[in-house]
Amino acid sequence: MATATAGAFVAAEAPSRRRGARLRRFIRRNPTLFAGGAILSLVALVALVAPLIAGDPLTMQPAQRLRPPSEANWLGTDNLGRDVFSRTVYGARVSLFVGLSVASFSVVVGLFIGLLTGYFRRVDAVAMRLMDGLMAIPAILLAIALVALTRASVMTVIVAITIPEVPRVVRLVRSVVLSVREAPYVEAAIAGGTPVWKILFRHILPNTVPPLIVQATYICASAILIEAALSFLGAGTPPEIPTWGNMIAQSRLFLSRAPWTIFAPGIALAVVVLAVNLLGDGLRDRLDPRLARRM
Amino acid sequence: MPVLEVENLKKHFPVQRGLLRRTVAKVKAVDGVSFSIRPGETLCLVGESGCGKSTVGKLALRLIEPTEGSIRIGGEEVTRLSGGEMRAYRRRIQMVFQDPYASLNPRLKAGQIVGEPLENYSDASGSEQEQTIAALFEKVGLRPDAMRRYPFEFSGGQRQRLGIARALALNPAVIVADEPVSALDVSVQAQVLNLLMDLQEELGLAYLFVSHDLGVVEHIGHRIAVMYLGQIVELADKDALFADPQHPYTQALISAAPLPDPRARRERIVLEGDVPSPMRPPSGCRFHTRCPFSFDRCFVEEPRLKPSREDGRLVACHLRD
Repeated sequence: MATATAGAFVAAEAPSRRRGARLRRFIRRNPTLFAGGAILSLVALVALVAPLIAGDPLTMQPAQRLRPPSEANWLGTDNLGRDVFSRTVYGARVSLFVGLSVASFSVVVGLFIGLLTGYFRRVDAVAMRLMDGLMAIPAILLAIALVALTRASVMTVIVAITIPEVPRVVRLVRSVVLSVREAPYVEAAIAGGTPVWKILFRHILPNTVPPLIVQATYICASAILIEAALSFLGAGTPPEIPTWGNMIAQSRLFLSRAPWTIFAPGIALAVVVLAVNLLGDGLRDRLDPRLARRM
Repeated sequence: MPVLEVENLKKHFPVQRGLLRRTVAKVKAVDGVSFSIRPGETLCLVGESGCGKSTVGKLALRLIEPTEGSIRIGGEEVTRLSGGEMRAYRRRIQMVFQDPYASLNPRLKAGQIVGEPLENYSDASGSEQEQTIAALFEKVGLRPDAMRRYPFEFSGGQRQRLGIARALALNPAVIVADEPVSALDVSVQAQVLNLLMDLQEELGLAYLFVSHDLGVVEHIGHRIAVMYLGQIVELADKDALFADPQHPYTQALISAAPLPDPRARRERIVLEGDVPSPMRPPSGCRFHTRCPFSFDRCFVEEPRLKPSREDGRLVACHLRD
């Protein structure tokens, strides 16, 4: 009787305890994946609920310029009396938006071109030379040119960063396609009369997904950095939008008097990029151990 | 009328070197092969590895484009058809692959794998197709509820049954079987071979059966073509070939096959040297470098595959003129 109750007790306890143990084991085995994921989720959450936790990032209080951190302004104020904390929080929105957009655009475009160049040898010769050419364009130069031609906006920045990233994705996808297209199950599909588009989508595309996810995280990290660099140079996001690059650019003149104005966005930038890279490394170890860090 | 006929089939793979990828040599993998298969018949292609037997199989389906020669499926010339036009003929000739692991997409369920050819050709509704797939599973000795499982859940023999079910899906007249049992355990080999033979009887299938295993060939074949360095050197009915091989290479090959009786001894003909490179095949008869009976004519004149004077089977050897 006693054992029976004990057994029932254990059975009732087991699922939640087992879940806890599983989570702990997952963290122990994938520390980078977990750390990167946790930091990023936190930053994403903060960016999402920015209006709830931070004040208006644009309100200027000329009387309160360059104030050190205080109870009213947790991270102090900048040279126009704007709240550094609010601006840092809102800056996360732009950084994450740019990072995610560039990663998804370059993956979608690169996947499409990569599938075609990998499968059709005639397309390959032409398209890959074109990609080599694109790869030679520095993102910053392209952004300056685009901003000069059109006008500064977040979209311009995204386009400018995406273009040089596309060839990297193309190369990665192409290399996977080249190896998979010779697989006997692809031959079997051809013998079974499967049309080319279906071979590409059903048999080849799924093999590109794990390395692409990993690559997308690295692209995301580099896009966040390039966006900040462009803003810093004044060739990126318009200065009225609070971004980390803009904040650093505007604060550099006051570095010695008000270092907090530059520390907040600087540290935020470093932490987010680090988190994205940790996430990428963790994903790579899980999904695709053989992939080199950069194709 | 033969269901599959190939004539003077050639496949030369270019060897490209250097920055400009100039063709510096050609690997003559298949160099003038002709044969035909009647309905319900099994023609075996045997030979050492690298003799081009698998390439012939793939050429017949146009999975590889032939350099020269012609392929006729059911009497219709398909050698120069475009991809789209070829699709109509694909359903008449299907293939079973050597590697039961690599030839099934690991990400698809068994039912999807077997049903893919159906999906490509029929307008039947999903449930109708499902019934057809279930029938195919039963035909190859698998339980229909295995449709929902993934390839890794099957054994090697079961996987090869899936491969056979996929090949049967379109009711083909010919199946090219490229060493379909060489990757399987011996105990399973017999089961799969017997399945193939039962299906042949039931459906009147013709097989082009590629193998290096003479024991397997003796079990399943009706006629046998022996290949050496991209050419057929002898083509004969199975019994005649095993009882009285005419070409010296066939003789050596048969003498090398193990006998099932451990005390039995047979006179081994041991060939000297290696198979010459198919990039630079020997002059005259390609076998002269290793043939124990070669004489001066063999070095200069290439023997044609023609009826031998004894019983009319096809042999390419000057000794039989």
